[in-house]
Amino acid sequence: MNLWVLSGIAVMVAGFALRRINPLLVVLLAAAASGLAAGLDPLALIAAFGKAFNDTRYVSAVWLVLPVIGLLERHGLQERARSLIAGLKGATLPRLLTGYLLLRQTTAALGLTSVAGHAQTVRPLLAPMALAAAQPADEAEAEQVKAMAAATDNVGLFFGEDIFIAIGSILLMKGFLEQQGIVLAPFDLSVWAIPTAFAAFAIHALRLWRFGRGRQR
Amino acid sequence: MIGLAQVYIVAGLIFAASAALSVRDASNPKRWVNAAFWGLLALSMVAGDRLGDLGNGVLVIALVAVAALGGLGRGVVPDDSASRKDRSARHGNRLFLLALVIPVTVLVGTLLFKAVPWLVDAKQVTLVSLALGALLALGIGLFWLRDRPVAALQEGRRLLDAVGWAAILPQMLASLGVVFALAGLGKVVGNLMSAVIPDGSRLGAVLAYGLGMALFTMVMGNAFAAFPVMAAAIGLPLLIQHYHGDPAVIAAVGMLCGFCGTLMTPMAANFNIVPAALLELKDRNAVVKMQVPTALPLLGFNIALLYWAAFR
Repeated sequence: MNLWVLSGIAVMVAGFALRRINPLLVVLLAAAASGLAAGLDPLALIAAFGKAFNDTRYVSAVWLVLPVIGLLERHGLQERARSLIAGLKGATLPRLLTGYLLLRQTTAALGLTSVAGHAQTVRPLLAPMALAAAQPADEAEAEQVKAMAAATDNVGLFFGEDIFIAIGSILLMKGFLEQQGIVLAPFDLSVWAIPTAFAAFAIHALRLWRFGRGRQR
Repeated sequence: MIGLAQVYIVAGLIFAASAALSVRDASNPKRWVNAAFWGLLALSMVAGDRLGDLGNGVLVIALVAVAALGGLGRGVVPDDSASRKDRSARHGNRLFLLALVIPVTVLVGTLLFKAVPWLVDAKQVTLVSLALGALLALGIGLFWLRDRPVAALQEGRRLLDAVGWAAILPQMLASLGVVFALAGLGKVVGNLMSAVIPDGSRLGAVLAYGLGMALFTMVMGNAFAAFPVMAAAIGLPLLIQHYHGDPAVIAAVGMLCGFCGTLMTPMAANFNIVPAALLELKDRNAVVKMQVPTALPLLGFNIALLYWAAFR
């Protein structure tokens, strides 16, 4: 067993811990460490990384939503989101974020993972609404509120999407098991995402409630 | 047929516009660096398929060199909060309607485009719908708000500059995952994991599988990459074949253990690092730190669920 192929992991951990080196460079160095340890020659390694980069362009293509988000912000979408929440009496931070969590989980469970997201909804809508509901006293508190808004979007997405039968992870599991001679319907797998979906909602909603209470004091 | 190729051209044109507008931003001392970075990304989007594998590799090295050696900068953003407030009052809730155009298009597109496979690539309906929604919202918005297209591109560039080099970190990490797989890293990790499990302990095997999914996901930044490794090393030979556990529970809940790992790692950059940049947080890891107290108890729940539900 060639343990040197693990060197890429060590490079990643060290590089992210050091914080001084640009993470993009750390990623390239990690690929070089593991790839060379596995006996790939340098040119083949560059080509392999280049092919992978070209094949995964869809990851960065989502930035095409930025001009329209920027346009809406230029015309005051964030201000509008803030005044909407400021005008509602019962709109506390825990209620707002718990409502969003529920909405995000339910839509993701129906397969609608892209209807919300950090660029589409968190930055222009949810974060300003959360700030208006929380009324943070200083910059540090505002950071916490914004980070919690982003975290809530992630929790809602991750623990909703696996209930949908045609999502990537379900198909991956089905494919893997099928190769081993175990045939399952997607529904058999997705039904087991339901208990965790409820647990995720309960745990995160409790944290949101305590987050709101901790800030009141 | 409309598919990824068309989406990449739209994205490429937006990156190219950002490069051009960067050059004209005299308030940014690093404007040429920014222009080179977004320009290279535009090239990758528009012409990536014609560059060849080695050409794309050189392009990646150039992108990283520009970001690491040059360092992207940001221009002075004029304070227009007064005019924003003013416009916000004038446009009213119409702004929310415009913001809803994207999700509604994604919703309708996801449902409808599957019925016309000759028009839209059935595997890419979500991304095609998202791009269509963005363009539709942009068109309606420019008309309704009476603004110029260049103003939208300028705002888009400012948001892109706020994200900076982190904009391509998720794509870089996805590529790293491919190279790791090529190097056989998964097999080595799987062998090591199966070596540490005490013989004859069902609980030990469940713990190693659940924690292994979370930890290896944290390393790879992606539960999809961790699942085949952990399932092949522990899930299948031990939990399913040796202890006769329910394969559906072991696969599904194992994957969810991995999702708990995703919440706790900067390697899952598109979920954890990019939002910190988008929200202009000072601490790059603020979102990860906020997620850990949700992820840990949930991981405990998942491991307990594995233990009880898989061996009924």
